[in-house]
Amino acid sequence: MEMIRTAKFEDADHEDHLNLSLGLPGSEAREKQPPRINKRALPEDADQDSRSSSKCGRSDGGNGKTQVVGWPPIRSYRKNNTQTVKKTPESEVAAANNYVKVSVDGAPYLRKIDLRVYKSYPELLKALENMFQLTIGNYSEKEGYNGSEYAPTYEDKDGDWMLAGDVPWEMFVCSCKRLRIMKGSEARGLGCA
Amino acid sequence: MSYFPDEVIEHVFDYVTTHKDRNALSLVCRWWYRIERLSRQRVFIGNCYAISPERTLARFPALRSLTLKGKPHFADFNLVPQDWGGFVFPWIENFARSRVALEELRLKRMIVSDESLELLSRSFPNFKSLVLVSCEGFTTDGLAAIAANCRQLRELDLQENEIDDHRGQWLSCFPDNCTSLVSLNFACLKGEINLATLERLVARSPNLKVLRLNRAVPLDTLQKILMKAPQLVDLGTGSYLTDPHSETYSKLKIALLKCQSIRSLSGFLDVLPRCLPAFYPVCSNLTSLNLSYAPGIHGSELIKLIRHCVKLQRLWILDCIGDNGLAVVASFCKELQELRVFPSDLNDIGHAAVTEEGLVAISAGCPKLHSLLYFCQQMTNAALITVAKNCPNFIRFRLCILDPKKLDPVTAKPLDEGFGAIVQACKSLRRLSLSGGLTDQVFLYIGMYAEQLEMLSVAFAGESDKGMLYVLNGCKKLRKLEIMDSAFGDVALLTDVGKYETMRSLWMSSCEVTLGACKMVARKMPSLNVEIINEHDQTEFCPDDDEQKVEKMYLYRTMVGPRNDAPEFVWTL
Repeated sequence: MEMIRTAKFEDADHEDHLNLSLGLPGSEAREKQPPRINKRALPEDADQDSRSSSKCGRSDGGNGKTQVVGWPPIRSYRKNNTQTVKKTPESEVAAANNYVKVSVDGAPYLRKIDLRVYKSYPELLKALENMFQLTIGNYSEKEGYNGSEYAPTYEDKDGDWMLAGDVPWEMFVCSCKRLRIMKGSEARGLGCA
Repeated sequence: MSYFPDEVIEHVFDYVTTHKDRNALSLVCRWWYRIERLSRQRVFIGNCYAISPERTLARFPALRSLTLKGKPHFADFNLVPQDWGGFVFPWIENFARSRVALEELRLKRMIVSDESLELLSRSFPNFKSLVLVSCEGFTTDGLAAIAANCRQLRELDLQENEIDDHRGQWLSCFPDNCTSLVSLNFACLKGEINLATLERLVARSPNLKVLRLNRAVPLDTLQKILMKAPQLVDLGTGSYLTDPHSETYSKLKIALLKCQSIRSLSGFLDVLPRCLPAFYPVCSNLTSLNLSYAPGIHGSELIKLIRHCVKLQRLWILDCIGDNGLAVVASFCKELQELRVFPSDLNDIGHAAVTEEGLVAISAGCPKLHSLLYFCQQMTNAALITVAKNCPNFIRFRLCILDPKKLDPVTAKPLDEGFGAIVQACKSLRRLSLSGGLTDQVFLYIGMYAEQLEMLSVAFAGESDKGMLYVLNGCKKLRKLEIMDSAFGDVALLTDVGKYETMRSLWMSSCEVTLGACKMVARKMPSLNVEIINEHDQTEFCPDDDEQKVEKMYLYRTMVGPRNDAPEFVWTL
């Protein structure tokens, strides 16, 4: 909501051109002389306060709501270090886990793992190696998982089967729908360009 | 008592430990003053600019432990520019020159440079304990110096400091023969930690009782550490994520079963709530629980955890616990003495998850409650009156209604009556923070009833100078008064300037006080420093215009006159 003000906000230079002011253009310079009333306008009562030729210690609210410096009275360390977590019931579940099926060629049944538990590819691969008692080896951009009998692949959101390890971890976690650990000649075939 | 030799009096004085009591002793007579000052080892200075290092040592030559506070409290909320002051270097430098046998240094809101830490580490061979709270100006290089050079170090406690993490190997600087650590808290460090070094350090510290880790320490390392340190009393976890089916998690559970001494728990900086059950056996012994940096735990997981904490005395939590969650706390944590509820979503201030209902439930279920910090969406007079009746033992009562000036939503009245009930019922109240819609009336009540009040924080309150005057006249024990964005002006400031000499400090920002009035206070009271802080307005601020309102004024009593380290934007009148 635009508010009619006659004062200049010291840290809102980029918004000067948005402020309507009473008086002729170019008359801003004169407005600095009268004794300044240093009362800061609050978000709600800025409209009502007709004396709000105010200096507003305003920090950027981000959501359009002006926030007053010094309020709320929370230590800046805490402000800088509190990550907010959205708390709708659905997102509570979604954010908390991401179970995907894991199949291994030749194994009689599938397993499920929660991708959110791992923070990187090496962690995931180690867990898979432990779970299925096999060796997957190390990833290289050129050769994939060459040197190993197994190659970890996944089905992405488009339905394509991809080699795990190419994209950044976060991107992988979001797009992975299921995992398949390929074995043998099929696996080695994936390593070649 | 005049039959006793000095040594006997001194021996008796050894049993008197708090600063207040020691100060009282020193006022009895000159003889006791002398004995007391020569024997005092622990010195507390609430305002580092009230006295100089030289005079401190002149009075207390036996000083071994120093506690210093620097910036005014509102600096916590970004109201004080960063380089305002509060430098510890002159103190360390002076004490080093004077060969003080310094063992302990506790600093709050001070600027601490790496240079200071290096000098500290090299100058005091008996140095044992460094506690830094809300300080800034140093990096992990300074910590490396402390680790490397303080051979007797027992305590390194870093609480909520902004530390520049150079990702060096500061932890490796503890020598291999350092086995004296009792307390290590580096939770506020942002960088990586050499995990193997940490494990070895813990392994060779049999007296380690307090260990608070930072986010870079994974659960795997935590498990290994706990196996080596089952004697821990205070634990802060780092990152708390793993597959609950993994071997690591099983090992953690086993390790925690052995940790029967843990009484204080914090951390969970990154967390997978499904792994929390490992801590249930620990919960039943806990007296202190801080989950205020763990937004990842909420809802039913949080409640399940808290239900185990039946001995809890101190709880710091986020408001996502909700009113219902607080009701659960009230029914399980009957020993609760201190509660802090912080807002979890600072961007969406209109939807704080707790209201007056949660507070009323707590007050009904926890009669031992004496310290409160409560950020909430709204409050009613009726609720406050009920809380006052249920808990007449409040020592600290800080209420923050996130929407400033908000009235009682039921009656649309200001919260004067509610806070009035609190101050009337709580005869031991020493600290009070007000919020919500408030008129002069609440200050009348405070002046009338809050006889033990030492610290008062006011924001967006009051209607006229009368409000502030009620407080200044009525609260005889007032030491710190801090006011922002309230309608108090020159009359309130000038009516009783002598009062300020009985207080540590007065802060007024965005009020109606003029430059002329501040000048008058400074003229009449040479024992005060009256500082005008003008960070933004150096060009617009006119030093001769006495009519202009002062944006920020901070005045404090001092024995050493204006300070010589004030930056350009601070003008001492």
